[in-house]
Amino acid sequence: MTNWLRVFFVGGVIAYRGLFNWIRPAMYIPTMLGSPLFQLIFFTKLGQYAHAQSRDFYIVGNSVQVCAMSSVYGMTMSVANERQFGTLGPLLASPANRAAVFLGRGLPVLMNGLLVSVFTFAAGALFLGFRPGLASVPALAAIVLVTVTSCTGFGMLLGSVGLRAKDVFFAANLAYVLMLLFCGVNIPLDVLPGWMSLVGRCLPLTHGIAAAREVAAGAPLSQVAGLVWTEAGIAVAYAAAGFVFFRYLERASRRSAVLDAY
Amino acid sequence: MRSLRVLGLAWLLHVKMMSRSAFDGAMAVIWPLFYATVAFFMFRTGHGSSSLGPIGLAAAVMGIWTATSVPASSALQRERWSGTLELLVVAPRHLALILLPITLAASTIGLYCVAGTLLWARVLFGIHVTIIHPLFFVLGLVGTVLTIAALGFLMAVSFVGSRRAWAIGAALEYPIWLVCGFLVPVSLLPGWAHPFSWALGPTWGMRAIREAAYGGAPLGSLLLCVGLAGVYLALGVLVLRVVLDSARKRATLSLA
Repeated sequence: MTNWLRVFFVGGVIAYRGLFNWIRPAMYIPTMLGSPLFQLIFFTKLGQYAHAQSRDFYIVGNSVQVCAMSSVYGMTMSVANERQFGTLGPLLASPANRAAVFLGRGLPVLMNGLLVSVFTFAAGALFLGFRPGLASVPALAAIVLVTVTSCTGFGMLLGSVGLRAKDVFFAANLAYVLMLLFCGVNIPLDVLPGWMSLVGRCLPLTHGIAAAREVAAGAPLSQVAGLVWTEAGIAVAYAAAGFVFFRYLERASRRSAVLDAY
Repeated sequence: MRSLRVLGLAWLLHVKMMSRSAFDGAMAVIWPLFYATVAFFMFRTGHGSSSLGPIGLAAAVMGIWTATSVPASSALQRERWSGTLELLVVAPRHLALILLPITLAASTIGLYCVAGTLLWARVLFGIHVTIIHPLFFVLGLVGTVLTIAALGFLMAVSFVGSRRAWAIGAALEYPIWLVCGFLVPVSLLPGWAHPFSWALGPTWGMRAIREAAYGGAPLGSLLLCVGLAGVYLALGVLVLRVVLDSARKRATLSLA
Protein backbone atom coordinates (compact mmCIF):
# COMPACT_ATOMS: atom_id res chain seq x y z
CA MET A 1 0.00 0.00 0.00
CA THR A 2 2.87 2.39 0.87
CA ASN A 3 4.41 1.67 -2.51
CA TRP A 4 1.09 2.27 -4.24
CA LEU A 5 0.69 5.63 -2.50
CA ARG A 6 4.32 6.58 -3.20
CA VAL A 7 3.91 5.86 -6.92
CA PHE A 8 0.55 7.66 -6.90
CA PHE A 9 1.69 10.85 -5.17
CA VAL A 10 5.47 11.11 -5.76
CA GLY A 11 5.36 9.47 -9.18
CA GLY A 12 2.47 11.71 -10.23
CA VAL A 13 4.28 14.88 -9.18
CA ILE A 14 7.61 13.86 -10.75
CA ALA A 15 5.88 12.89 -14.00
CA TYR A 16 4.07 16.22 -14.06
CA ARG A 17 7.28 18.15 -13.45
CA GLY A 18 9.04 16.22 -16.18
CA LEU A 19 6.32 16.31 -18.79
CA PHE A 20 5.36 19.90 -18.15
CA ASN A 21 8.86 21.30 -17.60
CA TRP A 22 8.04 24.07 -20.03
CA ILE A 23 5.32 25.46 -17.77
CA ARG A 24 7.12 28.37 -16.18
CA PRO A 25 5.43 31.56 -15.02
CA ALA A 26 6.13 33.26 -18.36
CA MET A 27 4.30 30.41 -20.08
CA TYR A 28 1.77 29.49 -17.41
CA ILE A 29 0.31 32.97 -17.03
CA PRO A 30 -0.66 33.55 -20.69
CA THR A 31 -1.78 30.00 -21.39
CA MET A 32 -3.39 28.68 -18.21
CA LEU A 33 -4.62 31.99 -16.79
CA GLY A 34 -4.72 34.43 -19.70
CA SER A 35 -6.61 32.17 -22.07
CA PRO A 36 -9.40 31.29 -19.58
CA LEU A 37 -9.67 34.95 -18.61
CA PHE A 38 -10.20 36.01 -22.21
CA GLN A 39 -12.61 33.12 -22.81
CA LEU A 40 -14.63 34.37 -19.84
CA ILE A 41 -14.64 37.96 -21.06
CA PHE A 42 -15.38 36.94 -24.66
CA PHE A 43 -18.44 34.85 -23.88
CA THR A 44 -19.76 37.16 -21.18
CA LYS A 45 -19.55 40.16 -23.52
CA LEU A 46 -20.98 38.10 -26.38
CA GLY A 47 -23.87 37.02 -24.15
CA GLN A 48 -24.53 40.59 -23.09
CA TYR A 49 -24.49 41.69 -26.72
CA ALA A 50 -26.81 38.85 -27.72
CA HIS A 51 -29.17 39.57 -24.78
CA ALA A 52 -29.47 35.80 -24.35
CA GLN A 53 -28.88 35.05 -20.64
CA SER A 54 -27.83 36.89 -17.50
CA ARG A 55 -24.20 37.83 -16.96
CA ASP A 56 -23.78 35.29 -14.11
CA PHE A 57 -24.94 32.48 -16.42
CA TYR A 58 -21.82 32.96 -18.56
CA ILE A 59 -19.47 33.67 -15.67
CA VAL A 60 -20.37 30.46 -13.81
CA GLY A 61 -20.49 28.33 -16.98
CA ASN A 62 -17.14 29.45 -18.31
CA SER A 63 -15.39 29.56 -14.92
CA VAL A 64 -16.23 25.90 -14.40
CA GLN A 65 -15.60 24.84 -18.01
CA VAL A 66 -12.08 26.33 -18.21
CA CYS A 67 -10.86 23.58 -15.89
CA ALA A 68 -11.01 21.40 -19.03
CA MET A 69 -8.02 23.35 -20.31
CA SER A 70 -5.96 21.59 -17.68
CA SER A 71 -8.01 18.41 -17.29
CA VAL A 72 -8.47 17.52 -20.95
CA TYR A 73 -5.23 18.84 -22.47
CA GLY A 74 -3.15 18.08 -19.38
CA MET A 75 -4.24 14.46 -19.10
CA THR A 76 -3.87 13.95 -22.84
CA MET A 77 -0.33 15.26 -22.69
CA SER A 78 0.44 13.20 -19.57
CA VAL A 79 0.24 10.04 -21.66
CA ALA A 80 0.90 11.25 -25.20
CA ASN A 81 4.06 13.16 -24.24
CA GLU A 82 5.61 10.07 -22.62
CA ARG A 83 5.36 8.51 -26.04
CA GLN A 84 6.65 11.61 -27.81
CA PHE A 85 9.60 11.99 -25.40
CA GLY A 86 10.48 8.29 -25.78
CA THR A 87 9.91 7.45 -22.11
CA LEU A 88 6.75 5.40 -22.50
CA GLY A 89 8.59 2.10 -23.03
CA PRO A 90 10.71 2.30 -19.85
CA LEU A 91 7.67 3.50 -17.88
CA LEU A 92 5.54 0.55 -18.92
CA ALA A 93 8.42 -1.89 -18.48
CA SER A 94 8.65 -0.89 -14.80
CA PRO A 95 6.89 -3.11 -12.25
CA ALA A 96 4.99 -0.13 -10.79
CA ASN A 97 1.28 -0.60 -10.20
CA ARG A 98 -0.50 0.62 -13.31
CA ALA A 99 -3.45 2.12 -11.47
CA ALA A 100 -1.09 4.17 -9.30
CA VAL A 101 0.90 5.30 -12.36
CA PHE A 102 -2.21 6.18 -14.32
CA LEU A 103 -4.33 7.77 -11.60
CA GLY A 104 -1.34 9.55 -10.01
CA ARG A 105 -0.91 11.53 -13.19
CA GLY A 106 -4.39 12.91 -12.72
CA LEU A 107 -3.76 14.48 -9.33
CA PRO A 108 -1.49 17.41 -10.36
CA VAL A 109 -3.70 17.95 -13.41
CA LEU A 110 -6.76 18.07 -11.16
CA MET A 111 -5.11 20.57 -8.80
CA ASN A 112 -4.15 22.70 -11.75
CA GLY A 113 -7.69 22.58 -13.14
CA LEU A 114 -9.00 23.64 -9.77
CA LEU A 115 -6.60 26.57 -9.67
CA VAL A 116 -7.61 27.66 -13.18
CA SER A 117 -11.31 27.54 -12.25
CA VAL A 118 -10.80 29.43 -8.99
CA PHE A 119 -8.75 32.06 -10.80
CA THR A 120 -11.47 32.49 -13.44
CA PHE A 121 -14.18 32.85 -10.79
CA ALA A 122 -12.01 35.47 -9.07
CA ALA A 123 -11.50 37.26 -12.40
CA GLY A 124 -15.28 37.20 -12.90
CA ALA A 125 -15.73 38.83 -9.49
CA LEU A 126 -13.00 41.38 -10.11
CA PHE A 127 -13.65 42.41 -13.71
CA LEU A 128 -17.26 41.49 -14.40
CA GLY A 129 -19.02 42.06 -11.09
CA PHE A 130 -19.85 38.45 -10.20
CA ARG A 131 -21.10 38.49 -6.59
CA PRO A 132 -22.32 35.14 -5.23
CA GLY A 133 -23.42 35.23 -1.60
CA LEU A 134 -20.58 34.47 0.82
CA ALA A 135 -22.59 31.59 2.22
CA SER A 136 -22.66 29.89 -1.17
CA VAL A 137 -18.88 29.96 -1.68
CA PRO A 138 -18.08 26.66 0.19
CA ALA A 139 -20.82 24.81 -1.72
CA LEU A 140 -19.60 26.33 -4.97
CA ALA A 141 -16.05 25.18 -4.15
CA ALA A 142 -17.26 21.63 -3.46
CA ILE A 143 -19.16 21.53 -6.76
CA VAL A 144 -16.16 22.84 -8.68
CA LEU A 145 -13.96 20.16 -7.07
CA VAL A 146 -16.34 17.38 -8.15
CA THR A 147 -16.67 18.85 -11.64
CA VAL A 148 -12.91 19.22 -12.13
CA THR A 149 -12.54 15.59 -10.97
CA SER A 150 -15.04 14.38 -13.55
CA CYS A 151 -13.36 16.44 -16.23
CA THR A 152 -10.01 14.90 -15.27
CA GLY A 153 -11.61 11.45 -15.54
CA PHE A 154 -12.72 12.34 -19.05
CA GLY A 155 -9.17 13.55 -19.76
CA MET A 156 -7.87 10.16 -18.59
CA LEU A 157 -10.00 8.43 -21.18
CA LEU A 158 -8.72 10.73 -23.91
CA GLY A 159 -5.17 10.43 -22.62
CA SER A 160 -5.25 6.65 -22.85
CA VAL A 161 -6.05 7.03 -26.55
CA GLY A 162 -2.66 8.73 -26.75
CA LEU A 163 -1.04 5.32 -26.27
CA ARG A 164 -1.88 4.50 -29.85
CA ALA A 165 -3.38 7.49 -31.68
CA LYS A 166 -1.09 9.44 -33.96
CA ASP A 167 -2.61 12.88 -33.47
CA VAL A 168 -4.28 12.78 -30.08
CA PHE A 169 -4.31 16.57 -29.77
CA PHE A 170 -6.86 16.62 -32.55
CA ALA A 171 -9.15 14.58 -30.27
CA ALA A 172 -8.33 16.77 -27.25
CA ASN A 173 -9.14 19.96 -29.15
CA LEU A 174 -12.31 18.46 -30.49
CA ALA A 175 -13.36 17.35 -26.99
CA TYR A 176 -12.71 20.82 -25.61
CA VAL A 177 -14.95 22.59 -28.11
CA LEU A 178 -17.56 19.83 -27.91
CA MET A 179 -17.82 20.48 -24.18
CA LEU A 180 -18.18 24.19 -24.87
CA LEU A 181 -21.13 23.49 -27.13
CA PHE A 182 -22.87 20.49 -25.54
CA CYS A 183 -22.45 21.02 -21.79
CA GLY A 184 -24.63 24.07 -21.25
CA VAL A 185 -21.64 26.36 -20.78
CA ASN A 186 -23.02 29.23 -22.85
CA ILE A 187 -26.27 27.78 -24.16
CA PRO A 188 -29.00 26.38 -21.88
CA LEU A 189 -29.58 22.69 -22.56
CA ASP A 190 -33.26 23.27 -23.33
CA VAL A 191 -32.30 25.53 -26.24
CA LEU A 192 -30.20 22.79 -27.84
CA PRO A 193 -31.76 20.11 -30.03
CA GLY A 194 -32.76 17.00 -28.08
CA TRP A 195 -29.87 14.80 -29.24
CA MET A 196 -27.34 17.49 -28.32
CA SER A 197 -28.66 17.91 -24.79
CA LEU A 198 -28.70 14.11 -24.45
CA VAL A 199 -25.01 13.94 -25.42
CA GLY A 200 -24.34 16.84 -23.05
CA ARG A 201 -25.90 14.95 -20.15
CA CYS A 202 -23.47 12.09 -20.72
CA LEU A 203 -20.44 14.39 -20.62
CA PRO A 204 -18.67 15.80 -17.58
CA LEU A 205 -19.31 19.46 -16.67
CA THR A 206 -23.01 19.56 -17.57
CA HIS A 207 -24.44 18.61 -14.18
CA GLY A 208 -21.69 20.42 -12.30
CA ILE A 209 -22.31 23.65 -14.16
CA ALA A 210 -26.07 23.38 -13.58
CA ALA A 211 -25.48 22.81 -9.85
CA ALA A 212 -22.97 25.66 -9.63
CA ARG A 213 -25.45 28.05 -11.27
CA GLU A 214 -28.18 27.18 -8.78
CA VAL A 215 -25.84 27.49 -5.81
CA ALA A 216 -24.46 30.81 -7.08
CA ALA A 217 -28.06 32.03 -7.30
CA GLY A 218 -28.55 31.16 -3.61
CA ALA A 219 -29.78 27.55 -3.52
CA PRO A 220 -28.38 25.33 -0.74
CA LEU A 221 -26.11 22.40 -1.60
CA SER A 222 -28.78 19.93 -0.51
CA GLN A 223 -31.06 21.20 -3.27
CA VAL A 224 -28.54 20.28 -5.97
CA ALA A 225 -27.26 17.06 -4.36
CA GLY A 226 -28.71 14.98 -7.20
CA LEU A 227 -26.78 16.94 -9.81
CA VAL A 228 -23.56 16.73 -7.79
CA TRP A 229 -23.88 12.98 -7.28
CA THR A 230 -24.54 12.50 -10.98
CA GLU A 231 -21.39 14.49 -11.77
CA ALA A 232 -19.42 12.36 -9.28
CA GLY A 233 -20.78 9.20 -10.91
CA ILE A 234 -19.69 10.49 -14.32
CA ALA A 235 -16.21 11.14 -12.87
CA VAL A 236 -15.89 7.53 -11.67
CA ALA A 237 -17.26 6.13 -14.92
CA TYR A 238 -14.84 8.06 -17.13
CA ALA A 239 -11.80 7.40 -14.91
CA ALA A 240 -12.62 3.67 -14.82
CA ALA A 241 -13.19 3.59 -18.59
CA GLY A 242 -9.91 5.47 -19.08
CA PHE A 243 -7.98 2.95 -16.97
CA VAL A 244 -9.54 -0.06 -18.65
CA PHE A 245 -8.82 1.40 -22.07
CA PHE A 246 -5.26 2.26 -21.03
CA ARG A 247 -4.63 -1.35 -19.95
CA TYR A 248 -6.23 -2.71 -23.08
CA LEU A 249 -4.13 -0.50 -25.39
CA GLU A 250 -0.98 -1.24 -23.40
CA ARG A 251 -1.47 -4.99 -23.85
CA ALA A 252 -2.45 -4.60 -27.50
CA SER A 253 0.61 -2.41 -28.14
CA ARG A 254 2.92 -4.95 -26.52
CA ARG A 255 1.38 -7.75 -28.54
CA SER A 256 1.78 -5.84 -31.81
CA ALA A 257 5.16 -4.31 -30.79
CA VAL A 258 3.96 -0.78 -31.58
CA LEU A 259 4.30 0.79 -28.15
CA ASP A 260 6.61 3.63 -29.19
CA ALA A 261 5.78 3.58 -32.87
CA TYR A 262 3.84 6.21 -34.75
CA MET B 1 11.09 38.05 -59.59
CA ARG B 2 13.02 35.24 -57.96
CA SER B 3 11.73 36.33 -54.57
CA LEU B 4 8.17 36.18 -55.85
CA ARG B 5 8.82 32.70 -57.21
CA VAL B 6 10.15 31.56 -53.83
CA LEU B 7 7.13 33.11 -52.12
CA GLY B 8 4.68 31.51 -54.52
CA LEU B 9 6.21 28.04 -54.55
CA ALA B 10 6.73 27.93 -50.78
CA TRP B 11 3.15 29.13 -50.25
CA LEU B 12 1.81 26.39 -52.51
CA LEU B 13 3.95 23.74 -50.81
CA HIS B 14 2.75 24.76 -47.34
CA VAL B 15 -0.89 25.02 -48.40
CA LYS B 16 -0.65 21.44 -49.72
CA MET B 17 1.02 20.17 -46.55
CA MET B 18 -1.40 21.95 -44.20
CA SER B 19 -4.40 20.81 -46.20
CA ARG B 20 -3.38 17.23 -45.52
CA SER B 21 -2.71 17.73 -41.80
CA ALA B 22 -5.47 16.79 -39.37
CA PHE B 23 -4.42 19.54 -36.97
CA ASP B 24 -3.60 22.43 -39.32
CA GLY B 25 -6.14 21.58 -41.98
CA ALA B 26 -9.21 19.79 -40.66
CA MET B 27 -9.06 21.26 -37.15
CA ALA B 28 -8.66 24.79 -38.44
CA VAL B 29 -11.90 24.34 -40.35
CA ILE B 30 -13.85 22.39 -37.71
CA TRP B 31 -12.80 24.38 -34.62
CA PRO B 32 -14.38 27.72 -35.65
CA LEU B 33 -17.58 25.91 -36.66
CA PHE B 34 -18.18 25.08 -33.00
CA TYR B 35 -17.69 28.69 -31.95
CA ALA B 36 -19.94 29.82 -34.77
CA THR B 37 -22.60 27.33 -33.62
CA VAL B 38 -22.37 28.58 -30.02
CA ALA B 39 -22.77 32.15 -31.29
CA PHE B 40 -25.75 31.19 -33.49
CA PHE B 41 -27.56 29.55 -30.58
CA MET B 42 -26.79 32.49 -28.29
CA PHE B 43 -28.07 35.06 -30.76
CA ARG B 44 -31.07 33.00 -31.77
CA THR B 45 -32.27 32.90 -28.15
CA GLY B 46 -31.44 36.58 -27.64
CA HIS B 47 -31.99 38.76 -30.69
CA GLY B 48 -33.84 36.14 -32.73
CA SER B 49 -33.03 34.80 -36.16
CA SER B 50 -32.99 38.19 -37.91
CA SER B 51 -29.54 39.12 -36.56
CA LEU B 52 -27.83 35.92 -37.59
CA GLY B 53 -26.51 37.11 -41.00
CA PRO B 54 -23.79 39.45 -39.67
CA ILE B 55 -22.99 36.93 -36.93
CA GLY B 56 -22.48 34.19 -39.53
CA LEU B 57 -20.18 36.42 -41.53
CA ALA B 58 -18.14 37.46 -38.48
CA ALA B 59 -17.85 33.88 -37.22
CA ALA B 60 -16.63 32.83 -40.67
CA VAL B 61 -13.91 35.48 -40.82
CA MET B 62 -12.87 34.72 -37.22
CA GLY B 63 -11.69 31.34 -38.50
CA ILE B 64 -8.89 32.93 -40.55
CA TRP B 65 -7.23 34.03 -37.33
CA THR B 66 -7.86 30.63 -35.71
CA ALA B 67 -6.21 28.89 -38.64
CA THR B 68 -3.19 31.17 -38.43
CA SER B 69 -2.42 31.83 -34.77
CA VAL B 70 -0.98 28.46 -33.73
CA PRO B 71 0.82 27.43 -36.95
CA ALA B 72 2.33 30.91 -37.29
CA SER B 73 3.56 31.25 -33.72
CA SER B 74 5.14 27.79 -33.82
CA ALA B 75 6.53 27.99 -37.37
CA LEU B 76 10.16 28.50 -36.36
CA GLN B 77 9.93 26.00 -33.51
CA ARG B 78 8.68 23.34 -35.91
CA GLU B 79 11.61 23.94 -38.26
CA ARG B 80 13.89 23.68 -35.24
CA TRP B 81 12.34 20.36 -34.19
CA SER B 82 12.66 19.05 -37.73
CA GLY B 83 16.33 20.08 -37.78
CA THR B 84 15.80 22.28 -40.83
CA LEU B 85 16.08 25.72 -39.22
CA GLU B 86 19.85 26.04 -39.70
CA LEU B 87 19.53 24.99 -43.35
CA LEU B 88 16.85 27.61 -43.93
CA VAL B 89 18.88 30.32 -42.20
CA VAL B 90 21.96 29.67 -44.35
CA ALA B 91 19.93 29.38 -47.57
CA PRO B 92 20.72 32.13 -50.10
CA ARG B 93 17.21 33.62 -49.84
CA HIS B 94 16.25 35.80 -46.89
CA LEU B 95 14.59 33.81 -44.10
CA ALA B 96 11.59 36.15 -44.26
CA LEU B 97 10.82 34.84 -47.75
CA ILE B 98 10.70 31.33 -46.32
CA LEU B 99 8.72 32.15 -43.20
CA LEU B 100 6.10 34.42 -44.72
CA PRO B 101 4.71 31.69 -47.03
CA ILE B 102 4.12 29.50 -43.94
CA THR B 103 1.94 32.10 -42.26
CA LEU B 104 0.35 33.03 -45.58
CA ALA B 105 -0.50 29.38 -46.19
CA ALA B 106 -2.04 29.12 -42.72
CA SER B 107 -4.24 32.15 -43.28
CA THR B 108 -5.16 30.82 -46.73
CA ILE B 109 -6.38 27.64 -45.02
CA GLY B 110 -8.59 30.05 -43.07
CA LEU B 111 -10.47 30.67 -46.33
CA TYR B 112 -11.65 27.05 -46.21
CA CYS B 113 -13.02 27.93 -42.83
CA VAL B 114 -14.81 31.02 -44.16
CA ALA B 115 -16.46 28.90 -46.85
CA GLY B 116 -17.17 26.07 -44.40
CA THR B 117 -18.76 28.35 -41.81
CA LEU B 118 -20.93 30.17 -44.36
CA LEU B 119 -22.08 26.82 -45.73
CA TRP B 120 -22.68 25.47 -42.21
CA ALA B 121 -24.68 28.59 -41.33
CA ARG B 122 -26.78 28.28 -44.46
CA VAL B 123 -27.50 24.56 -44.24
CA LEU B 124 -28.04 24.18 -40.50
CA PHE B 125 -29.31 27.58 -39.45
CA GLY B 126 -30.82 28.92 -42.66
CA ILE B 127 -28.60 32.01 -42.57
CA HIS B 128 -28.27 33.75 -45.92
CA VAL B 129 -25.46 36.27 -46.21
CA THR B 130 -26.26 38.75 -48.94
CA ILE B 131 -23.35 40.73 -50.39
CA ILE B 132 -23.90 44.22 -51.80
CA HIS B 133 -20.37 44.81 -53.21
CA PRO B 134 -19.02 41.37 -54.26
CA LEU B 135 -15.72 42.76 -55.59
CA PHE B 136 -14.94 44.60 -52.37
CA PHE B 137 -16.04 41.56 -50.42
CA VAL B 138 -13.43 39.43 -52.20
CA LEU B 139 -10.82 42.17 -51.81
CA GLY B 140 -11.72 42.43 -48.12
CA LEU B 141 -11.16 38.71 -47.68
CA VAL B 142 -7.82 38.87 -49.51
CA GLY B 143 -6.78 41.89 -47.44
CA THR B 144 -7.76 40.12 -44.21
CA VAL B 145 -5.80 37.01 -45.21
CA LEU B 146 -2.77 39.21 -45.96
CA THR B 147 -2.94 41.22 -42.75
CA ILE B 148 -3.43 38.10 -40.61
CA ALA B 149 -0.53 36.39 -42.40
CA ALA B 150 1.66 39.44 -41.76
CA LEU B 151 0.61 39.55 -38.11
CA GLY B 152 1.37 35.83 -37.89
CA PHE B 153 4.79 36.47 -39.44
CA LEU B 154 5.51 39.10 -36.77
CA MET B 155 4.43 36.58 -34.10
CA ALA B 156 6.55 33.82 -35.62
CA VAL B 157 9.75 35.85 -35.37
CA SER B 158 8.86 37.36 -31.99
CA PHE B 159 8.25 34.03 -30.23
CA VAL B 160 11.35 32.30 -31.58
CA GLY B 161 12.92 32.06 -28.11
CA SER B 162 9.96 30.25 -26.60
CA ARG B 163 9.94 26.46 -26.27
CA ARG B 164 6.18 26.31 -26.53
CA ALA B 165 5.41 29.13 -28.92
CA TRP B 166 2.25 27.31 -30.06
CA ALA B 167 0.79 27.77 -26.57
CA ILE B 168 1.25 31.53 -26.80
CA GLY B 169 -0.37 31.48 -30.23
CA ALA B 170 -3.33 29.52 -28.84
CA ALA B 171 -3.60 31.93 -25.90
CA LEU B 172 -3.88 34.85 -28.33
CA GLU B 173 -6.95 33.43 -30.04
CA TYR B 174 -9.62 34.98 -27.79
CA PRO B 175 -7.88 38.36 -27.27
CA ILE B 176 -7.69 38.98 -31.01
CA TRP B 177 -11.30 37.84 -31.55
CA LEU B 178 -12.34 40.20 -28.80
CA VAL B 179 -10.21 43.25 -29.56
CA CYS B 180 -10.79 43.10 -33.33
CA GLY B 181 -14.55 43.18 -32.83
CA PHE B 182 -15.36 40.06 -34.85
CA LEU B 183 -18.47 39.12 -32.87
CA VAL B 184 -18.52 41.57 -29.99
CA PRO B 185 -18.57 45.26 -31.00
CA VAL B 186 -15.44 47.12 -29.91
CA SER B 187 -17.73 49.73 -28.34
CA LEU B 188 -18.63 47.18 -25.64
CA LEU B 189 -14.98 47.01 -24.56
CA PRO B 190 -13.40 49.52 -22.18
CA GLY B 191 -11.95 52.68 -23.74
CA TRP B 192 -8.33 51.66 -23.15
CA ALA B 193 -8.82 48.64 -25.45
CA HIS B 194 -9.85 50.75 -28.46
CA PRO B 195 -6.32 51.86 -29.54
CA PHE B 196 -5.25 48.17 -29.57
CA SER B 197 -8.19 47.47 -31.81
CA TRP B 198 -7.26 50.27 -34.24
CA ALA B 199 -3.66 49.02 -34.43
CA LEU B 200 -4.75 45.56 -35.52
CA GLY B 201 -5.23 44.90 -39.22
CA PRO B 202 -7.97 42.25 -38.76
CA THR B 203 -10.19 44.97 -37.19
CA TRP B 204 -10.12 46.89 -40.46
CA GLY B 205 -10.33 43.74 -42.55
CA MET B 206 -13.50 42.69 -40.74
CA ARG B 207 -14.90 46.21 -41.07
CA ALA B 208 -14.17 46.23 -44.82
CA ILE B 209 -15.86 42.83 -45.26
CA ARG B 210 -18.91 43.99 -43.29
CA GLU B 211 -19.17 47.22 -45.27
CA ALA B 212 -18.80 45.31 -48.53
CA ALA B 213 -21.51 42.85 -47.53
CA TYR B 214 -24.04 45.19 -45.95
CA GLY B 215 -23.36 48.50 -47.66
CA GLY B 216 -20.97 51.30 -46.84
CA ALA B 217 -17.59 52.52 -48.04
CA PRO B 218 -15.14 49.64 -47.57
CA LEU B 219 -12.20 51.23 -49.39
CA GLY B 220 -10.83 53.16 -46.40
CA SER B 221 -10.96 50.14 -44.10
CA LEU B 222 -9.42 47.98 -46.81
CA LEU B 223 -6.50 50.36 -47.32
CA LEU B 224 -5.87 50.51 -43.58
CA CYS B 225 -6.00 46.73 -43.39
CA VAL B 226 -3.40 46.29 -46.16
CA GLY B 227 -1.30 49.20 -44.89
CA LEU B 228 -1.07 47.61 -41.45
CA ALA B 229 -0.01 44.34 -43.11
CA GLY B 230 2.94 46.25 -44.60
CA VAL B 231 3.82 47.66 -41.17
CA TYR B 232 3.78 44.18 -39.60
CA LEU B 233 5.99 42.82 -42.39
CA ALA B 234 8.54 45.62 -41.98
CA LEU B 235 8.56 45.14 -38.20
CA GLY B 236 8.85 41.37 -38.63
CA VAL B 237 11.89 41.70 -40.92
CA LEU B 238 13.55 44.02 -38.38
CA VAL B 239 12.84 41.66 -35.48
CA LEU B 240 14.06 38.72 -37.56
CA ARG B 241 17.37 40.47 -38.21
CA VAL B 242 17.87 41.15 -34.50
CA VAL B 243 16.89 37.59 -33.55
CA LEU B 244 19.20 35.99 -36.14
CA ASP B 245 22.15 38.23 -35.23
CA SER B 246 21.68 37.39 -31.57
CA ALA B 247 21.32 33.65 -32.26
CA ARG B 248 24.48 33.61 -34.40
CA LYS B 249 26.54 35.54 -31.82
CA ARG B 250 25.39 33.35 -28.95
CA ALA B 251 25.24 30.11 -30.96
CA THR B 252 21.69 29.46 -29.80
CA LEU B 253 19.91 29.01 -33.13
CA SER B 254 19.04 25.38 -32.54
CA LEU B 255 18.38 25.86 -28.83
CA ALA B 256 15.27 26.98 -26.92
